[in-house]
Amino acid sequence: MSDYLVQFNNISKFFGKVIALKDVTMKLRKGEIMCLLGDNGAGKSTLIKTLAGVHKPDEGEIIVEGRKTIFDSPKDALDMGIATVYQDLALVSLMSVTRNFFMGREPMKGPPFFKTFDIEKANKIAAERMGQIGIDVRDPSQAVGTMSGGERQCLAISRAIYFGAKVLVLDEPTSALGVHQASVVLKYIVKAASQGLAVILITHNVHHAYPVGNSFTVLNRGKSLGTYEKKDISREKLLSMMAGGEELNKLEVELQEMNRSSAN
Amino acid sequence: MSTKSKSIESKTDFNQDERLKKVSNLKVLLNRPELGALGGAILVFIFFGIVAGDTGMFSAYGILNFLDVSANLGIIAIAAAMLMIGGEFDLSIGSMIGFAGICIAIPAIYWGWPLWMSIIFAFSMAVLVGYFNGILVVRTGLPSFIVTLAMLFILRGATLALTRLITGRTQVPGLRVLIENDPIAWIFATDSFKWVFTWLGSMNLIALRTDGSPLATGIPPSVIWFIALAILTTWILMKTRYGNWIFASGGDKNGANNVGVPVGRVKISLFIGTAVAATIFATIQVLDAGSADTMRGTLKELEAIAAAVVGGCLLTGGYGSAIGAAFGALIFGTVSMGIFYTDVDTDWFKVFLGAMMLIAVIFNNFIRRKVTESK
Repeated sequence: MSDYLVQFNNISKFFGKVIALKDVTMKLRKGEIMCLLGDNGAGKSTLIKTLAGVHKPDEGEIIVEGRKTIFDSPKDALDMGIATVYQDLALVSLMSVTRNFFMGREPMKGPPFFKTFDIEKANKIAAERMGQIGIDVRDPSQAVGTMSGGERQCLAISRAIYFGAKVLVLDEPTSALGVHQASVVLKYIVKAASQGLAVILITHNVHHAYPVGNSFTVLNRGKSLGTYEKKDISREKLLSMMAGGEELNKLEVELQEMNRSSAN
Repeated sequence: MSTKSKSIESKTDFNQDERLKKVSNLKVLLNRPELGALGGAILVFIFFGIVAGDTGMFSAYGILNFLDVSANLGIIAIAAAMLMIGGEFDLSIGSMIGFAGICIAIPAIYWGWPLWMSIIFAFSMAVLVGYFNGILVVRTGLPSFIVTLAMLFILRGATLALTRLITGRTQVPGLRVLIENDPIAWIFATDSFKWVFTWLGSMNLIALRTDGSPLATGIPPSVIWFIALAILTTWILMKTRYGNWIFASGGDKNGANNVGVPVGRVKISLFIGTAVAATIFATIQVLDAGSADTMRGTLKELEAIAAAVVGGCLLTGGYGSAIGAAFGALIFGTVSMGIFYTDVDTDWFKVFLGAMMLIAVIFNNFIRRKVTESK
């Protein structure tokens, strides 16, 4: 049981009469990448916020490293090692790479009461960490705004790992990226998982999820359609499980019929 | 970057991306927010050096004169810049100057408080006003522009009404006699480095009065405060955790919050900063003039913001520098005094001020686009 790093059991969340989430269960081991798939409105955002401690689940339990826990705030989740990288990445584009990397958690030096921000150390660590993922920050004092989307995503993930994340919750890390950049980010995610992190990858892009995921949970209208190991499910099956897949099939049939009737 | 870079599929590392070019050192320098203001200040000095070089503007007395004006503006401009970097405005600075002046003068003259107690009282009121501004902006989420605009009217009105109620007039004179032997007042009222000027006078290097004492007696307290504040705030911004939080709070409130920056507390402290700076300004002026006037500081908030903008602060926050605002204030102070030494009618000063600000905003906008543009 406790070989799971983190378990979310039968999580439900209601907003008034709206059932945003119902009985969603996810279990992750170390080094595992679980992809959470769902179309727009499937409840992904609510689930992320519940994982991150922003929302408290109305039903269900969260078990981290065998201990049942309740997140009262995002900070609680963070303290338990569950780090969420939102789509906006919490990066300030006008600030430097270093200042972003250590935003809110600056390394300090000097005697008590006269502590200063240890910029040199911070620059060194930031450049080192970015170097490890193959991003050569020529100048760690350059603004994040000058980085590409993929680099920014990697920076945000790298920051979360540096500050002790055990479980990474990634919200659509590839949605705004081109193919090349997305592949770099996905590669980095796999690398992070291989170092013992558990990753929850939230996406609506099956093509990005399928190559990297170990298991897949499909969310539809607030409910889980089940969790599948990679060997048990094909990419096509996943696609059609997402509401979009079925809809698109229907649309295709309809269009064919329209074509046929107009051809006649 | 777009999907086009798929052509280098075999190399997935960013550092091998052929489309990133090296950034030259010159460009790094150009990205410093205070560069424009520094350049502007140099241009202004060159201009007056040519136009008014032989008029006495650059005598010891003339220099101290325009430094004094610059420094007064600079004290509030630096605080305004810090707040702007933190993503907010304070339009109540000017009214706070008038209010603080009255807070010193009325207790000292009408209630018989010792001067030092009145000064401490004024600073306490400043902290309260700043805190109130800050908590209102942070809690309601309303634009600080509106909240502090309301405070502009409230403070100015209260200053006028209370002063007339208590004293029956709008000016409170008679403070000068209280300065002597006061344990605090000298911090705001004493010229420094007098011996340097006495020595320079004795060597006949600077102009003397008929009685043989130098015309310029010492560095005015405003200049000392100005320099000290410029150094302190620059150090805070560049070298402390709090400085990083200021940039973060102004750059992206939500992002900063998400990574644990106490955005609310940072902003409130910056609002307290502007109110306290206004009170430093007021204390220096009140003690210098020996009287408090309810209308003191009118429109100063706009000049402070203008200086901060010329100094490279973005109106949207997250970017700027304290030293830039100091240069901005130096430009305005130098021009406002320097214009007397030229043939130009002083009425043109405001035209210059506006034009300067417009150019700065356009320039800053351009810089921001360059900095935030993803490649």
